[in-house]
Formats: sequence, structure tokens, C-alpha cells
Amino acid sequence: MFDIPLQVLLGQITIGLVNGCFYAILSLGLALIFGLLNVINFAHGALYMLGAFGVYLAMQKLGVNYWWSLLLVPVVVGAFGALVERLLLRRLIGLDHLYGLLFTFGLALVLEGIFRDIYGSAGLPYPTPPALRGLVDLGFMRMPIYRVWIVGASLVVCFATWFLIERTRLGSYLRAGTENAKMVQALGINVPLMVTFVYALGAALAAFAGVLAAPIYQVQPLMGSNILIVTFAVVVIGGLGSTAGAIATGLALGVIEGLSKVFYPEVSSTIVFIVMALVLLVRPAGLFGREA
Amino acid sequence: MNRTMKTSTALLIALAVVGVLAPMTGLYPQFLMKCVALALFAVAFNFFTGNVGLLSIGHAAFFGMGAYAAGYATKEWGFTPELALAASLVVGIALGLVMGGMAIRRQGIYFAMITLALAQMVYFVCVQAPFTGAEDGLQRIPRHSLFGVIDLSSDLMMYAFVLAIMIASVWGFQRIMESPFGQVLLAIRDNEPRAISLGYDVQKYKLSAFTISAAVAGLAGGVKALTLGFAGLPDAHWTQSGNVILMCLLGGLGTPLGPVIGAILVVALESRLSGLGVVQIGPVTLDLSSKVPIIIGLIFMTCVLLFRRGIVGEISAAFASAKARRKSVADDEKKSVAS
Repeated sequence: MFDIPLQVLLGQITIGLVNGCFYAILSLGLALIFGLLNVINFAHGALYMLGAFGVYLAMQKLGVNYWWSLLLVPVVVGAFGALVERLLLRRLIGLDHLYGLLFTFGLALVLEGIFRDIYGSAGLPYPTPPALRGLVDLGFMRMPIYRVWIVGASLVVCFATWFLIERTRLGSYLRAGTENAKMVQALGINVPLMVTFVYALGAALAAFAGVLAAPIYQVQPLMGSNILIVTFAVVVIGGLGSTAGAIATGLALGVIEGLSKVFYPEVSSTIVFIVMALVLLVRPAGLFGREA
Repeated sequence: MNRTMKTSTALLIALAVVGVLAPMTGLYPQFLMKCVALALFAVAFNFFTGNVGLLSIGHAAFFGMGAYAAGYATKEWGFTPELALAASLVVGIALGLVMGGMAIRRQGIYFAMITLALAQMVYFVCVQAPFTGAEDGLQRIPRHSLFGVIDLSSDLMMYAFVLAIMIASVWGFQRIMESPFGQVLLAIRDNEPRAISLGYDVQKYKLSAFTISAAVAGLAGGVKALTLGFAGLPDAHWTQSGNVILMCLLGGLGTPLGPVIGAILVVALESRLSGLGVVQIGPVTLDLSSKVPIIIGLIFMTCVLLFRRGIVGEISAAFASAKARRKSVADDEKKSVAS
């Protein structure tokens, strides 16, 4: 274990942190949507992919730079999400939650299929924005600035979302809606509008992660489904009940995955699932779960 | 013999007749064998999800590993088909027990996510393990003689063999559902707390059903590998789990023959679309072969939004409502005569 250079170890930990940020943002969105809509959003990975393609296409076709994309792409994808919820998902309210999952599964296939049809399965490169190129010296190691930026930006967004849900009036409505939507509606709060907002917010978060991911991973139609399945495992481990729990679990699993790449690369693609299996054996309800 | 048993016997005979007549219509045996393999897969999936009410998104793991097991045993160890399929069955049972044992601990939406995650883990193992041939898969899997005596090298003989397996499986599932075990499964699906309070060990029943389903899904993978001579990563990929869900949803989840019809439709659609290739519709040129996932996704969404009971489910519902209407008309007439 001591023959591994510190640089390599720290490097993998930061890559792990970066992935952990994506898991955290995605599972946060999944948890939000599940709380209010009772739907596991299988299209979440596709929305993440849309974010990455959004920033890529904005640069290629419209000449929009990274910073504007970071702001605009989540808004556009969020609007798309609102549209999907209003026009289609809304029809499934009150049905078994499996139908929501199956519907979004179909939606993911369609979205991924369209992009694969146009752009193929090969990855498209997106350049790191000039301001974020190069390395930063952290004293004990040198780290690419872009990775620091991803971790910083993700933590800010995660904190903002947590704050919105746990500390604001709107958030209290959302939490109340999760507990008992009918009662909240009876108190005069526009629940259908809130549902649309939550789906749009989840979609925007996924797209934000996609924009962040574009410069380090190649922009690729299937990038979403791969990360989504890992995120599902993260959600199973953490449970959907707690906002902070979802963020912490996502980050922790990213780091564990990064460490496995150093010590035992063969399991790096399966380690999250192995952790999930272990957690299920010890604590079937998940680390922060409330459901038995 | 009660009424439901009569219906199920009639359905079984209909299935056998259609299966036997199919090669005479000029359809390729290759196509028919693929239909049979996937229909068997869909029937296995339907047995669990349709009757227990939990959605598994992990059945591709059983199908894929079953295919590898049969392919490897045949190719490397020279197993005869019946032994190779037994190997698929055993692999399905083992994997089903392990995956089911973990997933059964959670309900509803979590169950779906756990099965998907565990199946993805199996997929990654398949990518790395030495026995799968990685990207190439196992190709040119030979067809040895059945029991060492019956030659299966002709497609027609092979088709007859796998058709028999599928019909036997459908019959087996019907028998299970008519048995006390099957009735308890339905009771659990409809009202789990009540089943628990009646003293049934619900988890054990669910796990048994999951394992049976996994075993037959593995068998279906073996059938696929032996008939088409190929086992590879796409068999174990999560999109294959999606496909089998679509087959059941399209045909009618929980109905006895819906999955078979759904499987035939999906296989036909896929081969038809990729066969058509590039078509010209007015000014638009479309390469249909690359649009299969999009069309599959659209069918998914349409099914969920518009006809959730599937083809068989909608037809039987239409029959039932027509019957109810006739009955009410007859009742009205009786009343008017009486008054």
C-alpha cells in the first residue's frame, strides 16, 4: 500500500470527489422529484446528457461561451422538464409509481436515441474554458483548476438546494407536499404548480451537472444512463428521505470509487454496487432511509 | 375442470397450433427461434412482475448469464443441448437467489433500483471476466445432438425443440399459478399486510417466485445462445431488461399470453425496422435501422399513457365490458317483462 505515490492517491481522490459531486447533484434531483411526484425519474440521466449536449451545441452552433451556457442550459432543460411534466407526466398522477418509472424510461430511450442517431456513440470533446485551465498548487499537491471548480460549484449548488428545501418558506411547502399533498392543497397552496416547479428544478440540476461534466468527460449520448445506474445505487444506499444524506452519500461514494481505482482497479466499476449490497445486508432501509 | 383451467388449456393449445403452423407461413426459422427465446424470457419476467407486482429491471442479468452458461458449456466442455440448458437454469437459480435475496428486502421503487444496480454489476463482471469473450462474446456456438442422438443441426428441428421448451414453460407457469403457491402470490400482491397477518412468510414466497422467474429467464438466455449461436454483452445489458419490460407491457402484463404476443411484436418490429434500412418518405430520407431505440421508447411512452393493460389486457377488458353491458340489457328486459 505504501508503494503508491501520494500524488496518484490524491489525484484519484479528487477525481472521486468530482464524480461524487455529480452523484450528489443527480441524487438530490431524484430525491426531490420522488418526494413530490412519487416518480423515480429514469430520464434523469438523459437530462444530464442534455445538459452536456446543451453546452456543446451552444458553443458549436451559437457561439455561446461556457459561462453563459452554465446559466442558460439548465434554464432551457428545466423548461423542457416543466413541459414534459405539464403535458405528459401529469397524466400518470395517482397511478402505481411503476408507470412513472416506465414512462420516464421510454423518454430516456427516445432522448438518447435521438442524440445517438445524430451524433453517433463516439464522444465529442468540449474544451475547458480558458479561465479554468492549468493547475493550482494546494501546497501538498497540484490539482487541475477545473476539478477544483467542479467541486466548488457543485457544493455551492448542493448547499443552495439544501437551503431552499430546509430553510425557506417555499421549501417548507415542498416538504409539506411530500408528506401530504392533498392537505397542502386544501390549505390554499398551488400544488400542481409546485410539482411542475420541482420537476423543472430536478431537470435543471441534472443539466447543470451535465454542463460541468462536458469538459472533463466527452459529450456522449449514453453518458447519462451509465451515471444514472450508479446514482440509483447511491440513492438505495442513502435513502431518499434526507437532502443532506443524499449529498453526503454521493460525495462519499465518489471518493470510495476513486480509492478503489488506486488499490484495486478491477473492482472500480462495481465498487458502488458492492457497497450497496453490503448496506442492504446490514441496514436494509439505507443509511438515512425511513422506509422499512 | 373449472372455467379458468379450461381457458388456460385452450390458450395452450392455441399457442402450440400457432407455433407449429408458423414455419409453414414462410417465416425464417431464425426469426421464429428468436421469437421463441424472447417469448420465453418475457413469460419468465411476467411470472414475477405480473403476479408479485414488483418491477424487476435486472432480468437481463439472468438472460445474459444463462446465454453465457449454455454457450460456454457447449463450446468448451462439449455439453449436449439439454445439459447446456440445465446449466443455464442452474445459473439462473443461483443468481436469482443472490439478487432476489438482496432486493426483496426493499419495497416498490427501491426494489426496481436495486435489481437494476445488481444487474449492472453483473454486466461489468461480464465485461471483465475471462469466460465471456468480452466485446466479441461467444461466437459460433455449436449445436450438438439432443441427448447425444437427435440431430438438431437443421433449423426446423431446433425450432421444434425450443418451441416445446417454451410451451412446457408456459404450461408450468399456469400450473404454478393454479396451485396454492400461486394463489398465495396473488394474495400478497393484492394485500400484503393481510397475507402477513394470515401467517404467510411473504419474503419467502417472493424470493421463491423471483428465483423461479430468474431460472426460466436464464433458460431463455440459453435457448437464445443455442439457437442463434451467439452470446454476448448486449444480452446482459440493461436495455435488454427494458426490452422485456416493454414486451410484457405491450402484450399485457399479468396476462398469460400477453408476454408472448408482446415478444413477437417487438422482435418483428426490430427485425422489420433494421431490414428496411433507409427509406424515402416524400422529401425526407430516414435511416430506420438506427431509429429502433427511439421507436421502442415512443411505444413505451404510448403504452404507459394510453393503454396500460396492453393488447391482451385491453381486449379482454373490452370483452368483459361488452358482456356486462349485454347482461345489464338482459336484466332490464327481464324487469320490463316483469312489470
